[in-house]
Amino acid sequence: MRPAAAFGIAALVVAAGLLAPKLPVNTYYFYAGYVVLQFVAVATAWNVLGGYGGYINFGAAAFFGAGAYAAAGLFKAFGLPLPLQIMAAAGVGVALGAAMGYLTLRVQGVYFAIATLSLVVVLETLVHNVEYLGGARGLAILAPPAPAWFGGRTQFAFFVMLAVAAASVLAAWLIENSWIGRGLRAIRASESAAECAGVPTLKLKILACAVSGGLLAAAGAPYPYYASYIEPGTAFSLTVGLNAIAMPLIGGTRSWAGPVMGAVLLGTLQQVATVTISSELNVLLVGLALIAFVAAAPNGLLSLPRRPRSKDAIRHD
Amino acid sequence: MAISRRDFARLAAASAVAAPAVWTAARAQGQPVRIGCSLSLTGTLSGGVKAGLIGYELWRDDVNAAGGILGRPVELVVYDDQSTSAPIPGIYSKLVDVDRVDLLFSPYGANLTAVIMPFVKQRDRFVVGMYGISNNDEVKHDKFFQIAPWGPKASTDFCRGFFDLAKANGLKRIAILAADAEFSKSAAAGGLKIMQEYGMELAVNQGYPPNTTDFSAILRNLKGVAPDAVFVCSYPPDSTAFVRGVSEIGLPASVKLVGGAMVGPQYAPVLENLGPALNGFVNFHLYVPEPTLKFAGIQEFLARYEPIARQRGVDLLGHYIPPFFYAAGQLVAAAAKGAGSLDQARMAQWLHANPVETIVGTIRFDPAGDWVERRVLIVQYRGLSARNVEQFRAPGKQVVVDPPALKSGDFVPFAAARS
Amino acid sequence: MLLLDLALNAVATGLMLGSIYALLALGLAITFGILHVPNIAHPALMVVGAYALALANAHGLDPIAASVPVAAAFYAAGLAFYEVYYRLFERRGGTDTLQSLTLFFGLALVIEVALLMGFGADPKSVDVPYVGQSWTVGLVTLPYRLLVPALLSPAVMLLLWLYLKLSRAGLAIRAVASGETPLAIVGIAPRRVKRHAFGLATASAAFGGAALVILGPVGPFSGHAQIGRVFAVVVLAGMGSIPGTLAAGLAIGVAESLVSSFLDPSWSQGVAFAILLATLAARPTGLFGVPR
Repeated sequence: MRPAAAFGIAALVVAAGLLAPKLPVNTYYFYAGYVVLQFVAVATAWNVLGGYGGYINFGAAAFFGAGAYAAAGLFKAFGLPLPLQIMAAAGVGVALGAAMGYLTLRVQGVYFAIATLSLVVVLETLVHNVEYLGGARGLAILAPPAPAWFGGRTQFAFFVMLAVAAASVLAAWLIENSWIGRGLRAIRASESAAECAGVPTLKLKILACAVSGGLLAAAGAPYPYYASYIEPGTAFSLTVGLNAIAMPLIGGTRSWAGPVMGAVLLGTLQQVATVTISSELNVLLVGLALIAFVAAAPNGLLSLPRRPRSKDAIRHD
Repeated sequence: MAISRRDFARLAAASAVAAPAVWTAARAQGQPVRIGCSLSLTGTLSGGVKAGLIGYELWRDDVNAAGGILGRPVELVVYDDQSTSAPIPGIYSKLVDVDRVDLLFSPYGANLTAVIMPFVKQRDRFVVGMYGISNNDEVKHDKFFQIAPWGPKASTDFCRGFFDLAKANGLKRIAILAADAEFSKSAAAGGLKIMQEYGMELAVNQGYPPNTTDFSAILRNLKGVAPDAVFVCSYPPDSTAFVRGVSEIGLPASVKLVGGAMVGPQYAPVLENLGPALNGFVNFHLYVPEPTLKFAGIQEFLARYEPIARQRGVDLLGHYIPPFFYAAGQLVAAAAKGAGSLDQARMAQWLHANPVETIVGTIRFDPAGDWVERRVLIVQYRGLSARNVEQFRAPGKQVVVDPPALKSGDFVPFAAARS
Repeated sequence: MLLLDLALNAVATGLMLGSIYALLALGLAITFGILHVPNIAHPALMVVGAYALALANAHGLDPIAASVPVAAAFYAAGLAFYEVYYRLFERRGGTDTLQSLTLFFGLALVIEVALLMGFGADPKSVDVPYVGQSWTVGLVTLPYRLLVPALLSPAVMLLLWLYLKLSRAGLAIRAVASGETPLAIVGIAPRRVKRHAFGLATASAAFGGAALVILGPVGPFSGHAQIGRVFAVVVLAGMGSIPGTLAAGLAIGVAESLVSSFLDPSWSQGVAFAILLATLAARPTGLFGVPR
């Protein structure tokens, strides 16, 4: 597939999304669909660094939350429209990712993972102590009505998230099929070998970290609009960070299709479990499903037709 | 609490005909009245909320035994929000758009309720708010009714009792300690406003991270500022740690009044665990078995509640949440009966105009949907012994010291109450 | 005088808290630091331990005394779990961090809901005479609620460290950390060594549970609050170093406590994690780690 074709497909998906509000579909499915698409975007964004480059980010929630709070703060301060909020949030994510990458990417493997986890705590503490962002009490976002075409805020939020997700997948596809992706794969296979072969490893890692951070923040940015409300516990929730890891793993981390598939499967399962099982069993079911997925397809569902190859696994020893 | 096959079938059916939602507003007689909500069945809020669910269930059983609402049986539709706000928009849309529930209860607490406020306003739905403070201030929804007796202008006033007590006892210099969490930050902000109003002096306003296990640094810093009273706004884990810390490190001798907005010592496990360490503290509460709080039906309710709570491993006393959850049901039933239909506007109108008799007393609502009069109790823990949950069922252990109309005893300064 | 009082007490409290953090992180120092398994379910296991001890305490047993048999049971459970884990993953050709992370994430959810459904949502606590009392030495006040678990921590660590240093099995565990090949060459099955190490790590959750439940009531979801910190301690220590774990725990504890006393308690956690970030930027392998 040539880049032009990839752009074309992404544009088609977004265009199809424009028509979705005109379909006789129950509003609830826009709510549920938003969450699934949000996780498509999150998983895809995470995979740019984690899947291609093998650098595991435990702290996806830091970027997600930063994006959400950047959007909420900009809305509160200047009443920016949603698309601008998302772009600004992505900018914040890129800056945060680049800074994070610069600081910690010399650290390998698990050390990097923990460094990102710390970022979640630092940012959450920051938000708790900034009165303007509502602190622990959260911030209500009473956004203006959506453009008339969409018929409602939720349909609009769904469309916006579809566009964010499509853009993320497109970005992932472009990276995967360029020198950046090849370089990252070389880093993943063996960082020292890549360096010897002349791959500019540090530059590539910072680039991947910045792109991943930007896309994660963009995925978080529409959340305050969607929920009309934001509070630090949800924005920086561990669940976001763990889903960001589990979803690509379930699908497969090698190509753009893996995170998409994992997010659609696990995201849908979580949605369905929440609204069908009126008890604690919903969480139990999700837990058991995670275990079953990993046990049945340790390298992702996309790898099932092939034999898992041990040399591909990320190892730290 | 099993997976309901019916729910699966319902979802399957809903997805099959995801297309035109064919639904007639007027349903056949005998169809159940469905009341929907999300509850925190898992996660950090689950302790209190699962106790509340028993209140809903007992009410449903009672109302159905008495012939239901307008002759129709009542059915609860409950989903788990895992104590976070993320799934709530989806859940309420499912309840309203797919399940077509007739009436809504809000999720528990202000943070989770905040998520549904624009939604219920936009859809113009009747909703009973469950314990959130000042959720309706901004959206001003005329079909929102808060079940907890925070009273009008709740964001400042719900903790006014503590400061009235301070004022009445001539305490002027007040320290505020607040966890960085929703309820406690609201309480602290409200407290500050009242202090300004009363011309009180702020000794220190100290935040701390949730789940703090050790208060020695904070308690030592208090010694430096020598306040007359300490207004503590905390959540269960840190309430316990703070009360322990006071036993271990002590308070400055200047402190006469301590407590106020501590979440935790309303629940049996925390009360049982802390026991005598709580003596002398004052705290807010919504119901205690004191002679000044005799409401028809509450004793019987608590007696039926206890065995179920024991079996499910939730709050054995059930003073704080379950009676009000039961009362939320009574509210809905009374409004439907009064309006003569499930028409949401008429139900709301009726509730604004008429008092409702419940097991937590007579409730009247103001135009904002709050209780006309604040009935937040300030209780003082006295003469507690260790490891004894039964003592809290007797009067005299949690003495009501404010509001004056419901007083069951006089406030005793901290040191005197502890000796 | 007040300043000295405050400073001494801040350091003392920080040391006690830090020692407890180290104990909570100990199991992870083994699974994550030595076996490279990011056992995110470890805090949930500690909650299981705390529940077991609260139950024992309801029958009149001291939680610390009871933690020894609970640890033995945990050791056995850890062996069994590792066996399953091995068959599922390691045998099929190497685990990666992602797989184990997802697996243990699932496991943590299952454990928490099982506790919730089995024992209810109410937090569990223990009733021990020393909670609520404190020991005053000069200017310093040491609450037993912190002091007892803080002393348990170095005791457990010392035993484990001696075991790893002196015994043959301990040597094998340290060897497995640096790769399986050397072990295979001398004829020891890495699988058995790893299983043993995993059992030890799981056993340590019983002591972690004792510390948690003495500190305060423990509910099904109490583990969440610990996840960030325990990973931070392990990494700050330098993966797998036992003395390093103690030192890193103490460093974080004292940092938090000093920030609480002299700046603002609200910032204490943020500052501790900022220190971690800075440390990693300056010294990528942690305080006691060796580059690999």
